[in-house]
Amino acid sequence: MKYLHMMLVLLTVVLLGSTTAMAEVPSPKIPKGNAEQCVEPTQEMRVNHMEYILHQRDETVYWGVRTKKHSFKECINCHTVKDDAGKAVTFKDERHFCNSCHTYTAVKIDCFECHASTPTAKSGANPHSSINSLIKMSAAGSKE
Amino acid sequence: MSKPEAASNGMNRRKFLGAGAATAAGLSVAPGISLISVAEAKPVDQTISSDQRWGMLIDTNKCAKGCSACVDACNDENGLNTGDEQRSRQEQKAQWIRKVDLRDKLTGHEVSLPLMCQHCENPPCVDVCPTGASFKREDNVVLVDKHICIGCRYCMMACPYKARSFIHEELTNQLEYSPRGKGTVESCTLCVHRIDEDTANPRDPACAEACNAEGHKAMIFGDLKDANSDVSKALKQHSSKAIREDLGLNPGIRYRGI
Repeated sequence: MKYLHMMLVLLTVVLLGSTTAMAEVPSPKIPKGNAEQCVEPTQEMRVNHMEYILHQRDETVYWGVRTKKHSFKECINCHTVKDDAGKAVTFKDERHFCNSCHTYTAVKIDCFECHASTPTAKSGANPHSSINSLIKMSAAGSKE
Repeated sequence: MSKPEAASNGMNRRKFLGAGAATAAGLSVAPGISLISVAEAKPVDQTISSDQRWGMLIDTNKCAKGCSACVDACNDENGLNTGDEQRSRQEQKAQWIRKVDLRDKLTGHEVSLPLMCQHCENPPCVDVCPTGASFKREDNVVLVDKHICIGCRYCMMACPYKARSFIHEELTNQLEYSPRGKGTVESCTLCVHRIDEDTANPRDPACAEACNAEGHKAMIFGDLKDANSDVSKALKQHSSKAIREDLGLNPGIRYRGI
């Protein structure tokens, strides 16, 4: 079952990455993140992003580890899509980063029934966090 | 839930601490005398530990009747009762902390106190949870893992302090550090998102912060296992009580003047 799941995911990735246009199935418009490069290679994230998020989830909830590299908050911060008025769109909007692909692949997620799908501008939120600095840190070999 | 290997460079916590101790030993000028003490700050990638236990001492003599600064601050900090939740009946609304007024029938003496999750050492809510969603962290903060909470509400029945709430409405616009959603149970988290920022010197929870800002200073928050923390010193100096001490739950929240 796991093998089948992996094959399906890989097939999806191959389809998404394919440059040959298929007239019957229009490719989804996946918005780019706000940094040059994701915290892991793009192909890796396409296949395994849920594993990273799940792992970090348990470490945070049970063990208080709040590193930013694989945190859900930082995904949302970096992959913000703004509408014409300059306001970040929520998961309900088809332009939302997560929604754009999850609708295409028909994979329903319930993350956003509890989690914020847009960055929070309030006390406690760190306005100085920057995914670029995280990448530089990990590239330099320091701790995440 | 097994303890994760926290450090990314293959160094586990035990080795990390060992390395730290070795470093400290290198700085000692003579056996038993060291130039610096090893700071107990938790690096952000390290796990919490049972070396700390978070708690509070609430002085009911300083708590003003009619003041609800702590309740308002909690609602604001965690984004409670916004949006569709405002439609909920009063008794169904989220309530992580509430004010309780008590009156001694014999003498007429009145006290007012804030009541929230008491973060018990032996929490009944954890005992009854069928999925393991209700749990106690290593540092004795009692939480709900909403990812595996099925909303059965056994914990709400089991809690002698009525500290937990159930979310009845679909929510939007939650705060990023306070995820909450329909069909799950929730309660005071002692503002863990603040604790985890800096376990050596955490910011006060929103309720205590607001109480201090009002000038009442009725709530002292801190590490109960650190003899030098403000809360430990105050507990040593003054007599205090746990609510329903007879249940043997050993709550982390204790009260003066009741």
